[in-house]
Amino acid sequence: MDWSQVLQWGFVIALVTAGIRLAVPVLLAVLGEIITERSGILNLGLEGIMIVGAAGGFMTAYYLETGPLAGLAGSWSAWLGLGAGMLAGMAMGLLMAVLSITLHVDQVIAGVTLVLFGHGLADYFYRLQFSSLTARVTGLEQISIPLLSDIPVLGELLFRYDPTVYLTVFLVFLTWFFLFHTTWGLNIRSIGEHPAATETSGINVNLGRYAATLIGAGLAGLGGATLTVVQLGLFREGITAGRGWIAVALVIFARWRPGLALVGALLFGLADALQFRIQALSQVERGVGTLPYEFLLMLPYLLTLIALLYRRGRRDAPAALGIPYTQDSH
Amino acid sequence: MLTKTNEPVVQMRGIVKRFPGVVANARVDFDLQPGEIHTILGENGAGKTTLMKILYGLHAADEGEIRLRGKPVSFTSARDAIAQGMGMVHQHFMLVNPFSVADNIILGQPSSRKPLMDDPKLIHQRIRTLSEQYGLIVDPEVEVGKLSVGQQQRVEILKTLYRGAEILILDEPTAVLTPQEVADLLPILHRLTEEGKSIVFISHKLDEVLKVSERITVLRDGEVVGVTPASDVNKADLARMMVGRDVILKVAKEPAQPKEARLQLTDVWVDSDRGLPALRGLNIEVRAGEILGIAGVAGNGQSELEETIAGLRKVKSGQITICDHDTTRSTPRDVGRFGLAHVPSDRYKMGLLPDFSVAENMFLQRIGESPFTQRGVLDWKAIHQQAQGLINAFNVRGATVNTPAASLSGGNAQKMILARELDRKPQVLIAAQPTRGLDVSAIEYVHSQLVEQRDAGLAILLISTELDEILALSDRIAVMYEGEIMGIVDAADADIDDIGLMMTGSKPTNGQTRGTL
Repeated sequence: MDWSQVLQWGFVIALVTAGIRLAVPVLLAVLGEIITERSGILNLGLEGIMIVGAAGGFMTAYYLETGPLAGLAGSWSAWLGLGAGMLAGMAMGLLMAVLSITLHVDQVIAGVTLVLFGHGLADYFYRLQFSSLTARVTGLEQISIPLLSDIPVLGELLFRYDPTVYLTVFLVFLTWFFLFHTTWGLNIRSIGEHPAATETSGINVNLGRYAATLIGAGLAGLGGATLTVVQLGLFREGITAGRGWIAVALVIFARWRPGLALVGALLFGLADALQFRIQALSQVERGVGTLPYEFLLMLPYLLTLIALLYRRGRRDAPAALGIPYTQDSH
Repeated sequence: MLTKTNEPVVQMRGIVKRFPGVVANARVDFDLQPGEIHTILGENGAGKTTLMKILYGLHAADEGEIRLRGKPVSFTSARDAIAQGMGMVHQHFMLVNPFSVADNIILGQPSSRKPLMDDPKLIHQRIRTLSEQYGLIVDPEVEVGKLSVGQQQRVEILKTLYRGAEILILDEPTAVLTPQEVADLLPILHRLTEEGKSIVFISHKLDEVLKVSERITVLRDGEVVGVTPASDVNKADLARMMVGRDVILKVAKEPAQPKEARLQLTDVWVDSDRGLPALRGLNIEVRAGEILGIAGVAGNGQSELEETIAGLRKVKSGQITICDHDTTRSTPRDVGRFGLAHVPSDRYKMGLLPDFSVAENMFLQRIGESPFTQRGVLDWKAIHQQAQGLINAFNVRGATVNTPAASLSGGNAQKMILARELDRKPQVLIAAQPTRGLDVSAIEYVHSQLVEQRDAGLAILLISTELDEILALSDRIAVMYEGEIMGIVDAADADIDDIGLMMTGSKPTNGQTRGTL
């Protein structure tokens, strides 16, 4: 009919595709935390783990692209960056595991400490290496799935992303399958519900908790690296902007289920994308007296809070969540 | 049926296990013959469970040797023990409530298509076959948390059988069961031994021990006092071996002389922590000079009842009065002022502050009053003087006024709590699980105190999951099931089978409750 309608369609599509992209880093952390919490470990350190993953991943990718090692990795530099982010996350996870599982430190305190430590670590290395210069990496190419991506509207909405988006969707399925259809998943869930019963069945509770914490932290690290290496192509102090905390909240919203985690992360991603776009629009129409953009910045966090109120999922929490396990404890 | 050879399936020799401050097992010897039910009898803390946890690989012995079918073994985990054909049913069930029966049974078992779980249909079929073979009927697909306690125990036994157990350890298996469920369990045990299994039965209940076992090993303070065929002894013999002196098995008391009603609950509804109804229209009345016993299987609303009366839980509807004061919405401090004393079921979480001294624990509730506080300042001299008086009066052994409460034994901690509560000159006393975990002499002391206080005119509400205790002390017995009172009977003509039926939710058969409400 006229131009405005086309513009609106374009706006919606752009919003949804951006929302899906923005959901990815959070969703990876949520999936990881679901596995960790299912084993009874409450890892509140996600924000710290994500930022260390973000910094580690970015710096690795950057040096493989532009440093003395330039060209060595070729087009694999982004992938190696993601891998490095995951390993950095797992190193943080190992710290969390030693503190909470071996040393029985209160898990809330251990988690919060991890956040502070992670921020300090990431900022320190970044400043040391980059001082004030604006470093960038190229990231990953978008992959348009043949045929499917040509479907009108739907193709644009669902089949034109970089590989991490597809990988994350696959990981939602994989996490669900792991937890509910493998013996390892059964063991992990059982550890989180009743560790003593699990131990008497001949399963090593602490080993299971270490594994679940490392896997969870690895995914959170990967989430952080995806944000810097693939989506933004740069690193800044505090770049994760509370996504780790959002992930912790979304686990509750998702009632510890991977499928619902997908829904929750998409909701967050859409709110985040909307916030970006309205911000851009209101700058065009400056002075019209709309909401201050600071309010819009708050939108995704506000939405998470509302989602938490709505889903009173506490009842579905693993029974032994947050409780240290010792063999002689009864 | 296997022929009984002289080669024991289990031989434990000179087992020693020390925990910080205690020797739990001091050179214990134990034999189990094939096809035998062998009871380990002893008081709480005698070392029964420790010995079995060593056998099952959950604890490592400091000294001693274990042989299985003649071969020395050393288990470092339950997995080793399970692989050698051991199975243990723990006192506190080791079941994952949100899981199905089948998932609980296969937990930790190798799968034939690792890493995937085995085909559920196959597992269900295997479980059904086992169920029928041993008469342990339970649906493999149902969620464990939805089963009754008796059914959960069947799952526990099935779990051990599914894992190929030949030697079963049952740790206090009847502690949580109703009399009917106990009656159902005993034939199952005999069926298991007929099929060639050997059973270690741990208990402190003399009647059932004599009924079920072939041999009995008695432990006291971590040492073996004796091993005897069950046919050679009677209850009094066993009690003497267990405690080391003659024991009065019956509480001496005169008929009650009840007077005016002191505590009344009228149509009280209360929610549990999970927001589900825990008390459903409860009506009870306790009169001065009587003990009303609340019987029931644990988890049927007893702890909510206790907390509600004590002012710790919000009443949704209904009314509570203590000595003619409406206390439906009162705080714990107020109900205390109106004359309620409370001996809580969880001694160490609700009953005392472990790091505080005996004197502090005794007067914390009244610390702001005279003579403990003078013009806003604590008068330690008065506090210690009063505390010492109570320590002497209630014979709290091993305690000075400065001893931290945590270092008292269970019995002495309970005496301290009793002393504190009774010193307030209460009109009504709630005694919840007053002897849980205590040794025989402490039990005798608590029981005689309760009867003495009753005779002095106190109204006592006794909440206990030990049916024997309810029967021994109560003047009237109210049976509670899923938050309702199924019936109230006079203790004098109480029929244990009727009570047992009410504990599982049936109303009395004659259609009316005996005794007065």
